[in-house]
Amino acid sequence: MNFDVEVRITLKPGILDPEARAIQHALADLGFLTTRLSTARVFSISMEAEDRSHAGELAREMCERLLANPVIHRYEVEVRE
Amino acid sequence: MRFAVVQFGGSNCDLDVAHVLRHVCGVETDLLWYKERLGRDYDAVVIPGGFSYGDYLRAGAIAARTPIMDEILRHAKDGGLVLGICNGAQIGAESRLVPGTFTLNAYPKFLCRPVHVRVENSGTPFTSLYRDGEVIRLPIAHKEGRYMADPAVLAALNRERRVVFRFSDPKGRITEEMNYNGSAENITGVLGEGGNFLAMMPHPERASEEVLGSEDGRKIFLSMIQYIEAQG
Repeated sequence: MNFDVEVRITLKPGILDPEARAIQHALADLGFLTTRLSTARVFSISMEAEDRSHAGELAREMCERLLANPVIHRYEVEVRE
Repeated sequence: MRFAVVQFGGSNCDLDVAHVLRHVCGVETDLLWYKERLGRDYDAVVIPGGFSYGDYLRAGAIAARTPIMDEILRHAKDGGLVLGICNGAQIGAESRLVPGTFTLNAYPKFLCRPVHVRVENSGTPFTSLYRDGEVIRLPIAHKEGRYMADPAVLAALNRERRVVFRFSDPKGRITEEMNYNGSAENITGVLGEGGNFLAMMPHPERASEEVLGSEDGRKIFLSMIQYIEAQG
């Protein structure tokens, strides 16, 4: 079966996000005062898998082996049919 | 004695490293396209700087998952020397040859400038020709060079003397001001577990000839050569 999977990679809490900080400053220059801003990376993946849980398993393996860096990242996987 | 310099798509310091090895240090050196195999026993492998795979995903992430890296890991496991410079250091961290990671600079811009680094351990195959505490001048050129690791990892690196270089001022003082990219504890050179892989962000190949303003980096290559000679 074909599954659509969304993988969302974020920095672990407490890890400095220089990109977010720069964006926050740029927003402030435009007059938008924000109290928090973080960035995330989303991968939209379609793939064949045996079932829903297998699709999730494959996506998590992708994160462990390539998409995320365990030193700084956490990831979430959402399987959609 | 023979060195290999690995070339990935986007490597751009490969020819500089090969030039220094061949013409400044006088050692035979092969340039190896990443799709080739290591193919023979090399005494040392250098993973040069550049932007392998356009730094897509994370700097070094994709190069770290190529088959030639499996061979380099094996070479390292067998005790062979591996030097990762800049993108090579990022590839090394992504391959888990060293713990931690080199990530986006604290101030997220590309830094290209000479820096001072203090030699923290001269008892390694890469630094034996320096003195402990010696301050050397090398260029850096990176946007993702901020070294980061868990506190427990940092404690282990310090305990095991696996921190090789720290950003310092010309007198060797480790200050926040000199920590250009915001690295943990000013660290910019780390040894792998076996002590035979060095990941460093500064470019010794760009500081190996007088005409380039500093010869301070040459001793890294000469230390490696001396170590290999002593091994017989």
